[in-house]
This record gives sequence, C-alpha cells and structure tokens, in this order.
Amino acid sequence: MAEQVLMIALSPTMETGTISKWEKKEGDRVESGEVLCQVETDKATMDYEAIQEGVLLKILVNEGEQAGIGFPIAIIGEEGEDITELLSSIKVGADRQGQLEDDNGDNRERSDFQKEKVYDHTDFPKGDRIIASPLARRMAEQRGLDLASVKGSGPRGRIIKRDILSYAEQVASTPSSVNVKPTATDEIFPVTAKRAIIAQRLAESKFSAPHYYLRLKVRTDDFMKARKSLNQSIEKGVSVNAFLIKFVAETIKRHPIINSTWQKDTILRHGSIDIGLAVAQNDGLITPMVRDCGNKGIIEIENELKDLINKALNNKLTPEEYSGATFTISNLGSFGIEEFTAIINPPGSAILAVGKMERQPVVNNDNNIEIQTLMTMTLSCDHRVIDGAVGAAFLKDLKDIIENPIRALY
Amino acid sequence: MPIITYREALRSAMDEEMARDENVILLGEEVGQYDGAYKVSQGLLDKYGPKRVIDTPITEEGFTGVGIGAAMAGLRPIVEWMTFNFSIMALDQVINNAAKMRYMSGGQLKVPIVFRGPNGPAEYLAAQHSQALQTLFVHIPGLKVVAPATPYDAKGLLKSAIRDDNPVVFLEGELMYPWKGEVPEEEYLIPIGKADIKREGNDVTIITYSKPLLVVEQAAKELEKQGIQAEIVDLRSLRPIDEETIYNSVKKTNRCVIVDESWPMVSVASHVGWMVSRYCFDYLDAPVELVTSEDVPMPYNHKLELAVQPSVEKIFNAVKKVMYI
Repeated sequence: MAEQVLMIALSPTMETGTISKWEKKEGDRVESGEVLCQVETDKATMDYEAIQEGVLLKILVNEGEQAGIGFPIAIIGEEGEDITELLSSIKVGADRQGQLEDDNGDNRERSDFQKEKVYDHTDFPKGDRIIASPLARRMAEQRGLDLASVKGSGPRGRIIKRDILSYAEQVASTPSSVNVKPTATDEIFPVTAKRAIIAQRLAESKFSAPHYYLRLKVRTDDFMKARKSLNQSIEKGVSVNAFLIKFVAETIKRHPIINSTWQKDTILRHGSIDIGLAVAQNDGLITPMVRDCGNKGIIEIENELKDLINKALNNKLTPEEYSGATFTISNLGSFGIEEFTAIINPPGSAILAVGKMERQPVVNNDNNIEIQTLMTMTLSCDHRVIDGAVGAAFLKDLKDIIENPIRALY
Repeated sequence: MPIITYREALRSAMDEEMARDENVILLGEEVGQYDGAYKVSQGLLDKYGPKRVIDTPITEEGFTGVGIGAAMAGLRPIVEWMTFNFSIMALDQVINNAAKMRYMSGGQLKVPIVFRGPNGPAEYLAAQHSQALQTLFVHIPGLKVVAPATPYDAKGLLKSAIRDDNPVVFLEGELMYPWKGEVPEEEYLIPIGKADIKREGNDVTIITYSKPLLVVEQAAKELEKQGIQAEIVDLRSLRPIDEETIYNSVKKTNRCVIVDESWPMVSVASHVGWMVSRYCFDYLDAPVELVTSEDVPMPYNHKLELAVQPSVEKIFNAVKKVMYI
C-alpha cells in the first residue's frame, strides 16, 4: 500500500530542508536503508535514508525545493499502484513550511509541540464596550452615575472602585455641571411681566372656578355659504372669527347669565357683551376684545377685530383693549386642532374653544350617508355662575344659529 | 497556655481520643515500634499496646482496606500514611469503599475512619515524593477533607475527625511537624467545615490553608508595611467548605487572592475562585488571582524546588494585581 515519505528532522534544530539531489527516480525500486535523496539542512547536507520499501511512485518535492518537517516529499508503494486518492489528500501547493493537517503520528506530534502557542488573554478587542469591574458597575448604579462619563484607571481602561469613588466625589463638589451632556444645556431666563400675568390669572381661574365642559359638533355648511355670499358682495372679506363673535353675541342675548361675573357675595351680569378673542403672540397669549358686540353689525366687528389683531401682533394694545372680556372665544382650528378645552378667562364665566372645520361622512335623517362640514365646539363654564343646563341651552342655541345663520335675526 | 509542636498536638489528640474510646486504633507503617516515621505516634504503643497500635506491612492498599473494614465492623481506626504520595496506592480503597459504603448501603453501614499523614512538598524529595494531592480527595463525594495549619487547629480538628462517623482525610505537612503554637490543656474540639480568620483586614482577602499559611502571614506583614491590610481566611476544612466566611470576607474587601500549594488545574484554589466569582460577582473589583505551585512535576534542584512553590513575592504580586497597584 502506498505511503507518504515525510521530511524528517535531520539535525536537532532543523525546521525545513531543501532537497539538493534525488538519488532515486520515479519508478526506481527502493530498499529500506537506501539513500533516497540528499537534504540540505541548516547545518549540512545529509543523506535521507528510506524507511519504507517499494517503488518510488511519485516525487512531490523537486530538487532545489524546500519542505517543512512532516511535509510529504514523495510516495512509495507497489508498482503500478493507484495513488490518485493519496495525492488528492495531500494539498497541492500547500505551504511546505507549515503544518500538515492529516494525522501522521510522530512527526505531527513533534511539530505540534514545537509550535504550541500560549493563549493571549488580553488579545480581544475592547470595541465600544465599557469595561468596568462588577463592583464598579454596582456602585455606579447605586449612585445613579453614568459609567460612560467615568474614566477607568485599571488595565485596558477598566473602571474600578477607586474611579467610582473619585468620580462621585467630583460630582458632589460640582452638583449642576457634571451629569449634564454638553449638547443639551439647561437655560434659565426671567419670566416676562406678560407671562407672569398669564400664569397668575389662568392659575387663579383654573384653581378657583369650578370648570365643567360641554361639547358638540356643529354643521357649518350653511354658515360658510352665508359667509361666502356676504364676502362676494363686499370689498373686504369677513373672517370666521368675526362671524363667531356675532353669533355668540346674539346667543348671549337669549342667555344673558352667560355674560356674568362671580363676585363671591354677588353675581354681576354685564350689560355690554364684550367678547375677547385669544390671539397668540411670540411672547404669550393675549385676548383683544370687541366691546358691545350685541349692538354691532358684523362688518363693524370685523373691522375692529382686524385693527385689534394688528395691534396685538405689534404689541400696541392698551390695557382697555385686552382686559375685561365678559366672554372669550379661542379658535385653534387653523392649527388643525380637532377639539380642545380652554381655561376660562376672568372676569368672564365661560369660554368657547373652537376646533377645525372638517368634511365628514354623517348619517342624515333619511338614514343616508352624506358629507357634511363639521366643527367641534367646547364650552368651558364656571359652575358657580352657570349651571349645566343653562350652559347646554346656550350651546344648543349657538349651534342652531351657526347651522342656520338666519336664526340670528329671531 | 502551653506552647507545643504540631506533631505533639496530633499525638495529644490521638492519645486523648484513644483514652476516651477503646474502639479508636492506630495502624500504619512504623507507627508502633519505630514511634512513627515522623514521631507523631511516639509512646502510643507503650501506652495502648500492640492490639491498638498496629505496625503494618508496606502495603498501602492492604492496610487501608483493613482499616476501612474495621471501621465498618465498629472500630474507629486512624490510618497513618507515611506520606500522601503513598496514598495513591490506596486510592481504590478510599474512593470505592470508604467514600461509597454509607451511600450504597442506604445508611446501614458507616465508615468512621481517619486517613492522616504528611501531604505536599517538603525538601529535596523530587517529583514523586513532593506532591500536594488534596484535589484527589476533595473531589470525592462521601469524603471529608481537613487541612489544619496550626497546632491548635490540628488538635481540635483531629479529635473531631476521629469522632466523625464519616471517612475524614486529614492532611498534615512534613515541614509543619515542628511548627509551634499555643494549645490549651483543657479539652476542645474544632468543628469540621468551619474556616478561621487568621488575620483581619479590609483591603484584600487572601484565602489559604495548610502549610502556605506561613508564607501568607509573612506576605501580610510585608503588605502592612505598605499600608495594605490583608485579611487571611484559613479554610481549615476543604470539604465541606465554609462558604459563609469566604463570601463575607470578599464582600468586605472586594478583592481575592487564593494561595494553594497544589497544582493550579482543577484544584481547591480554582474551585474557590469559581465560588467567589459566582457568589461575590457584584462585589469584585478585580478578577480573582490564584497563587499555586507551578504546573510542573517538582524539580529536584533546590532552587527550582523553591521557585515553583507559592512564595511571599508571588503573593505580594498577586495582591498588587487585584489592588491595581
């Protein structure tokens, strides 16, 4: 049976040998002990004596070429033996300096022993991991410290007990600056006089007036139609808010208690219907007010409103123009808000929060689905002045007027 | 309190127990007429006679088996192995009979026996006679293993071992026999399975047992000069092992070095290292360090012989590692 002839160590320190001369040719008979080839080692040129007997079937390492210890240099077997399988098991062009992967007893054992490597415990990548001792991790968690901002003094940057202790000390001595990431710094700025008033008045209102809320949907198709026909007949268009102010004023006339102020021992029912409209400014909210809306026509209201809004946006409103509204409208429909609840704006006792108009499928009285334009209104009332049924009656009448604007006349 | 040697403490323990209970016998090579290879049993033959102090042939497996049989039959033998290197001959008896009989008889049989003798390297004894073989015994369920390091602990533990109804492997040390220490005259016992804090400290826990206690104590003194207070936990018992004392100490110091004169692989040290890593994980500020004998057969050359064993310098370096200094 064919066998590999392996390069052996011909001197104690030899690792590779160069075949300087083959004494036998392929096909020659080889007896055990006969010189097969000459090998040049690191020390001298030595005779390689055959261990196997048979016919030299194949020379694997030619003259002048090198082979590492344990690498097959030739194949010896019976004459005419098929060695293709054996040849294919030997890696063609394999590194002749290197290790063999097949299991050839002694030679392999020796070279393995020579090449044994000591495992390098530090040779694994750190990556993005934070390296910290278990104790350090636990201490950081207990103290609420972010390990990412602690510098480790142990091997490979390991965060250890003393690092946590010194970092905790550092944090304690500079309380506000350490735990904050530089990209999101806090800022403190003074409260403007306007914001102070907003804060004080709305907090007072919300905390002292018992609010309740009534909500309904109102169809606005006819209202928008009326507005459109009006706007076609006049030079400047009339805004939705001016219409709403007018509608509210007409409804208040039918429910005068809505236009009142709680005064603890007395209730003041205002003769003039002074309606404020919430206007957003850069530095806060303001409610310019159209006075005596019950006695004003819609175009007059619109003109006054425009003037007031301009002043509001330019910070030109006088206190008489923005304080003392007996009723307030807040319209966030232009922001796409569907519905919301508002805080009552004293001295008024109610505020109307108006959402956006939206075309929606509605089941009508004939049980058919039709598309209607709807708007949600939420009325906040001070229960001390306005009982639920009173507020509800007001809101129902307001809805009727908006849905059928001609109702404003009767 | 009288100061006596480790050897005298062992002798006194055997003497007291033989006087207390006539079922206690001593057998082994040279224990009688020669007074013991290391003179531990000196005088016992004269006092208790050849029926209870028995010189045996040089056949470890034989006389160990005789002892185990006698224990099963109701006596409480002490088997002296001249050294633990020779106990390898008797391992089949110890592992397959002594350790198994109680279990395999469903508790009908008990094996109240003590196997004792010097374990571990001495000096100039070369590879075959300088082995710390505790791992072979600690590995076996059914055995108890103790390894006292002081005369006081040796006496108290040997008396407990003789009275125990289970086989107890009792590890001594040739170089430890002349060690001296205070031992009270009145009787006392030390329970098996209880470690002892030999020195208190807050900075690092050094766990050890048996002969290396000496170098550990020397290292602790050196460390103290550098302001480091080491706590020394002397295990005394290896099986069962006193987990509570180990964990309490490591939880206090956050650092652990284990010093063991046997080889590092699958040793008492490596097992205790695992226990500490497992049960004190969140308290550790550094990986546990082991100081063991080097992973080689004992060299005969004396310089190399000393170099492969735990030393003050090696312990010092391990402590510096776990303290990051």
